[in-house]
Amino acid sequence: MLPKWFDDWNFKNPTNVFGPAILVGAAGGAVFVAAMLVAFGQPFATQSQQTGPRGTGMSVPEFTMDLAAGDPTVAGFFTSEPVVPRPGDQLAGAAYPDVIPDLANLTVANYDRLVDAMQEWTGIPTLFEGEENYQWVVARRMIQMTQNINENWVGHVQANAEVGVTCYTCHRGQAVPNNIWFRISPVNENVAGWSANQNRVTMVSNYTSLPSDYLETYLLPDADGNYAQIAVHDLESRVQQQPGDPLTQQAERTYAFMNYFSNSLGVNCVFCHNTRAFYDPGQVTPQWATASLGIIMVQELNLDYLMPLRDVYPPERLGPVYADAPMAACRTCHQGYQQPLQGLNVIANWPELATTSGEPDYSAFQ
Amino acid sequence: MAYFEYQNIFTQVQVQGEPEMGMDNENNMGAERSKGASFSTLVGWIGNAQLGPIYLGWAGTISLATGLVWFNIVGFNMLSQVGWNIPEFIRQLFWLSLEPPGPEHGLRMPPLNDGGWFIIAGFFLLVSVMSWWLRTYLLAVQHKMGKHIAWAFLAAIWLFLVLGLFRPIMMGSWSEAVPYGIFPHLDWTAAFSIRYGNLYYNPFHCLSIVFLYGSVLLFAMHAATILSVSRFGGDRELEQIYDRGTASERAALFWRWTMGFNATMEGIHRWAWWFAVLTPVTGGIGILLTGTVVDNWFIWAIEHNFAPDYLAPYGYEAFGTYGDFGGIGQGGN
Repeated sequence: MLPKWFDDWNFKNPTNVFGPAILVGAAGGAVFVAAMLVAFGQPFATQSQQTGPRGTGMSVPEFTMDLAAGDPTVAGFFTSEPVVPRPGDQLAGAAYPDVIPDLANLTVANYDRLVDAMQEWTGIPTLFEGEENYQWVVARRMIQMTQNINENWVGHVQANAEVGVTCYTCHRGQAVPNNIWFRISPVNENVAGWSANQNRVTMVSNYTSLPSDYLETYLLPDADGNYAQIAVHDLESRVQQQPGDPLTQQAERTYAFMNYFSNSLGVNCVFCHNTRAFYDPGQVTPQWATASLGIIMVQELNLDYLMPLRDVYPPERLGPVYADAPMAACRTCHQGYQQPLQGLNVIANWPELATTSGEPDYSAFQ
Repeated sequence: MAYFEYQNIFTQVQVQGEPEMGMDNENNMGAERSKGASFSTLVGWIGNAQLGPIYLGWAGTISLATGLVWFNIVGFNMLSQVGWNIPEFIRQLFWLSLEPPGPEHGLRMPPLNDGGWFIIAGFFLLVSVMSWWLRTYLLAVQHKMGKHIAWAFLAAIWLFLVLGLFRPIMMGSWSEAVPYGIFPHLDWTAAFSIRYGNLYYNPFHCLSIVFLYGSVLLFAMHAATILSVSRFGGDRELEQIYDRGTASERAALFWRWTMGFNATMEGIHRWAWWFAVLTPVTGGIGILLTGTVVDNWFIWAIEHNFAPDYLAPYGYEAFGTYGDFGGIGQGGN
């Protein structure tokens, strides 16, 4: 079949073709796979959520299998229906000498039920049992924080539907929540200023070389009690440089913060912004307003509830660099989802945690 | 039968023998270039198999020396930032950076640990790049060539100087310069675009992209045209320029029938040169205007009817909800 000269030449020049054949086969196979990926797209099915006007390409894509898998911690949420108090029920304040003051007005049945749930949610089976310890002190303050969030930050935690928060929203059954953060800047040695707080792989920088100091800059007050402005743009088309106008450095720090937002909520830029004009309030999405409220909420939680607990914690619970108290931000609750626990309504059964008044509203269960 | 075989790239024919040492003319070039030359089969697959001799000259020597100083300053600063820890240096290499000073230092000399080393390194890089440019110019003089390569290189240097020298001076702060780091300079690029209201709305950025993609297109068209007519001697481009043969005729006819117009055998090289040169020239103009003249390109573009403003309703009713996208609550966005 083949020409005689070809067979002759092959006979006189015996060659092991397996080495080159494997090489060519591997390279050819890689080229084929790459070409198929380009031609047909990546093989895993995706879905997307439209977040902006038609034609702007604003959408959040997800793999269908990721959507189906969901948040594994949802199933671990412990809940039970409240016991509607009847006149004459004994109150916890009267029954227990070491009652949690904010919950003293609960009936014994609901008090026990809530303490059980808190032990379950935080993964601390001895919480509020036996000798009083630092966990009691922290937990009492955390109850007040939870009540404050559910009552005063409805605009954030119930922006679209009743979701609310409980201990489980952050703790997920662990005594120390996974996604707390500490101050770590400066991250580089032997340098000062702008060079010192970036260009390092850290958990806070989300493994980018962006600044690692954005959480402490935007979410904690400075020495004068002010918060840094989250801004990247000058709103003048022509140069009219004003003192305090953001510079490229502020843009980079904001970029790091926005990257944190995006990772924390499992979304992309266009969940909140039209990327052609990030700054423009006329082009942001409804989620932008919810997120902005969230920023102010976290500033309050850190300042009023979390930072003051510094002296209560034992040393091993404090930050590695500054021995500061653990703090919260988006990821502490959201943990990769648009709404914590995929929007599971965690507050429905817990009117005790929904009010700071000490008088829970059980009317929904009567 | 005479037939032609490509000897340009992936050639099957390699000439390896007595090295071609080049001319030794009145400029005394032979004395200043290296004496040896070698052959590499690997290199021969993609070009000329001969390696060397190389002529460095005084400009090349200065360029390499100052470039090495820049490289070492950047490297040792990175090493210092990880506490002189070599494994950490390797691990963090793509993240590390020598950053320009903070904005509070303006155009003054900052402390060494807050951008001072950046200024010093930048000075050496400037000397290095400019003396390498001088080398391309002087070598062209000595070979009695035109200076096209030097001017084209200068176009790229223009963009480099705008980014690191002209624009920081016009902005009154070295903090505007680009950091020396792998990922950090990319972060800078993204943040720079966002800070000035989206650089895609900068018309000179648009022009630069046009010339960049245009260069790629022209390069592909020209290369493909010449390769496709090299069986007719089209790869002997110089001969075809002054004595047009069937290769040129066929190539010209192909493009004229395809798109009604063809470049000439000589003119295509001017097309390519200008497209390549105008890429950094227009890009540099765009960068130089950013922050010095225009502060927000998106707003600028709307003011000049270059970008449309949204007039129609925003269309919230079409948006998806979280309830349809993984959410397990009662609904909501």
